Amino acid sequence: MTLFFDLSLRWKIPLRVMGAVLGTALAVTVALLARDYEDMRQNLDTHAKSIGRLLASTLVAPVLHDDLWRAFEILQLSREAHPAAPELQAEVMLVLDAERRVFVASRPRDFPIGARPQDLGGDLESLITAISWGEDVEQQVVEPSGSSLYFVVSPLTADGERLGQVVLGYAKSALLPRYFDLVRRVAAVTLLVLIVLLPISWLWARRTGAPLLALSEAMRQVPEDLEVARLAKLPRSRDEIGQLGDAFRRMVGELKNKQDLESQMLVSERLAALGRLSAGIAHEINNPLGGMLTAIKTYQRHGGADPMANQTLALLERGISQIRNTVAALLVETRTEDRDFSPADVEDLLILIEAEAHLRSVAITVASPLTSTVPLPATLLRQILLNLLLNAITAAGEGGHVRVGLSAEDGLLRLSVCNDGQHIPDERMPYLFEPFSSSREKGHGLGLWIVYQIVQQLKGGIFVESEPGCTTFSIEIFYVESV
Amino acid sequence: MTRERSLNREGIGRRRFLAQAGGVSALSGLPLLTVRAAEAAVLEKGTVRIGLTPVFLDDQMSFTARWREWFQEQLARPVAFVQRGNYREVVDLIRAGKIDFAWLCGYPYVRHQREMRLVAVPLWHGQPFYQSYLITDAHNPGIRALADLRGTVFAYSDPDSNSGYLYPQYALISAGINPATFFSRTFFTWSHRKVVEAVSIGLASGGAVDGYVWETLAEVRPDLAGATRIVEKSPFLGHPPFLARHSIPEDELRRFRSVLLGMKDDLQGRELLGRLRLDGFVEGHPGLYDGIVRMVERVHRP
Repeated sequence: MTLFFDLSLRWKIPLRVMGAVLGTALAVTVALLARDYEDMRQNLDTHAKSIGRLLASTLVAPVLHDDLWRAFEILQLSREAHPAAPELQAEVMLVLDAERRVFVASRPRDFPIGARPQDLGGDLESLITAISWGEDVEQQVVEPSGSSLYFVVSPLTADGERLGQVVLGYAKSALLPRYFDLVRRVAAVTLLVLIVLLPISWLWARRTGAPLLALSEAMRQVPEDLEVARLAKLPRSRDEIGQLGDAFRRMVGELKNKQDLESQMLVSERLAALGRLSAGIAHEINNPLGGMLTAIKTYQRHGGADPMANQTLALLERGISQIRNTVAALLVETRTEDRDFSPADVEDLLILIEAEAHLRSVAITVASPLTSTVPLPATLLRQILLNLLLNAITAAGEGGHVRVGLSAEDGLLRLSVCNDGQHIPDERMPYLFEPFSSSREKGHGLGLWIVYQIVQQLKGGIFVESEPGCTTFSIEIFYVESV
Repeated sequence: MTRERSLNREGIGRRRFLAQAGGVSALSGLPLLTVRAAEAAVLEKGTVRIGLTPVFLDDQMSFTARWREWFQEQLARPVAFVQRGNYREVVDLIRAGKIDFAWLCGYPYVRHQREMRLVAVPLWHGQPFYQSYLITDAHNPGIRALADLRGTVFAYSDPDSNSGYLYPQYALISAGINPATFFSRTFFTWSHRKVVEAVSIGLASGGAVDGYVWETLAEVRPDLAGATRIVEKSPFLGHPPFLARHSIPEDELRRFRSVLLGMKDDLQGRELLGRLRLDGFVEGHPGLYDGIVRMVERVHRP
């Protein structure tokens, strides 16, 4: 039972439907057969009674005239009436006289003339005790218990005088051959109906179960593979299953959002930690470096003219300067005193990168409805825009296209740079803004790190969408509008 | 019980007929009316009316139809066969002069000899004699003589039959037995053939039957006769004769007799005799029935 309980709906629903169909077919068949048996029995009763009445009226004269042979011939005649329906054939036909002795019988050897039925034993003995012999008793059907026969007893009456009884005995089992024949035919018809019905109901049941199975299959992907779960083919109907599908889709959507948020937070936290770490390191490095550079400068100004030492110190100075530059790049700092960002800054940047774009045959289009200055530090915004543009031109590749969008409305600056080059693979996304994480051979991989740091410091947001043919970096920064 | 059987040329099956007879017998008056109508038809001008009884296998309709046609040809007159359910009715008809001739048993002949005239006697196995057979169930080996049938059910053919009633009565009385109490039960089947049937199916333990009919049946229905066994045979007795009404004109009697006697010399007549299993007819004389006369005297003696 538990085995069935644990069975998949894929099988359980069709099996239950099969069970219902089979059960119904069986019940209907059994009911029909039971009714048919009743009908057959009723027919036999009706027939036996009418034969009994006919014989009783026909036999009055022969019994009255003691014409035994005539009575026998009449019994024989009624026996031959139904050669095609053997079950309507009486097994025993007896005429009993007023003394309840055999006047004549259809089987004279078994029921000799003048014999008393109770002396013949068997079925007749039980019959005699079961018959009610009252003078006013009309035709009666007697079914002695334990007897293989049942009897229709019709009184022989002339002018109110009881001459005797006509007893017709029918075998209880005589109906069976014909009944079994009927059962066989009904069974064949039921089987035919089932052969047609079962595959149809099987398919129908499978279709009923299919949405549930799809839902269950999709659920199995949660939470490991939300994307597969989200894309699963779920029922779109308005019934309960359809509602369930909708709810499931909503749930998966929210789970996905949550997961995205979590991974974003993870990235932000990591980047923030990196920022703190790099700032700390930069401080620790910058201080000795400052000292070192001052020392070198002092020596160059006041030191001897040892060419070897000068050469070495110059080498040291360049190396240390490079270290300081790199550290400075890591440590992005906003200077408070800066002019506001103006539309002219965009023009400047385009001029700056024109050569680079030209070199790589990249077309740049700008959609900038910016008309007035935006109260945000121009240097930092120029830095952001420049880094993003350079990245985009490199990513767009030969003959590529870069679109720049700028807008400032209701205290929000929106900035987007889009290129149609190769998209960023998913696995790179979480590390996109980390320093030295560049996939390119050229460049130190600090461009996006710097962008990120600046946006962070300006309390803005940065978003990346990358699909084949379209990679967009969007930046949103709030500002306080000048009155 | 009245049965309508006259002019029954269509050959209605015997059983079906019996069912009808059984059905209408309850309605008194109707059968009598039908019989009278039939008799009126028989009394047409110039028709020779011949009564038949079950002294032979009279229920073979195709045969009786051919025999009637043959008679018509020979007599050059219309012939009507009159069949009845028992001997008594035919005897009454001939005594009343309502039929011209009849094939009757020797028993009614000797009882009403003054009212009938002997026409011809059949030759069976070359003799104008036959026997009464006492038969029993073939599966009942215990019965070896008439005396063994004490207390059983016995089938007679007809109360006016010599072989089927008179002889067994005579045999019992001769043995000092009262026939009225010897059997537990007796009944009439109104036909020799049906005596054989009744005994073969066990309705009766024994029966008295015309030996000529039994032997004929043994040839045409061996299954029926074979289910019975002959226990005793009577002495040879006069074969059931053709009789004429007493008022028959002499020339008609002679004409009919010559037709019967000439039957064996006629091609079709011989064929019909073959079907009857008879060798022919002889003129015969009342002395042939002296044996029956003696039995009647013995049986009817108080």
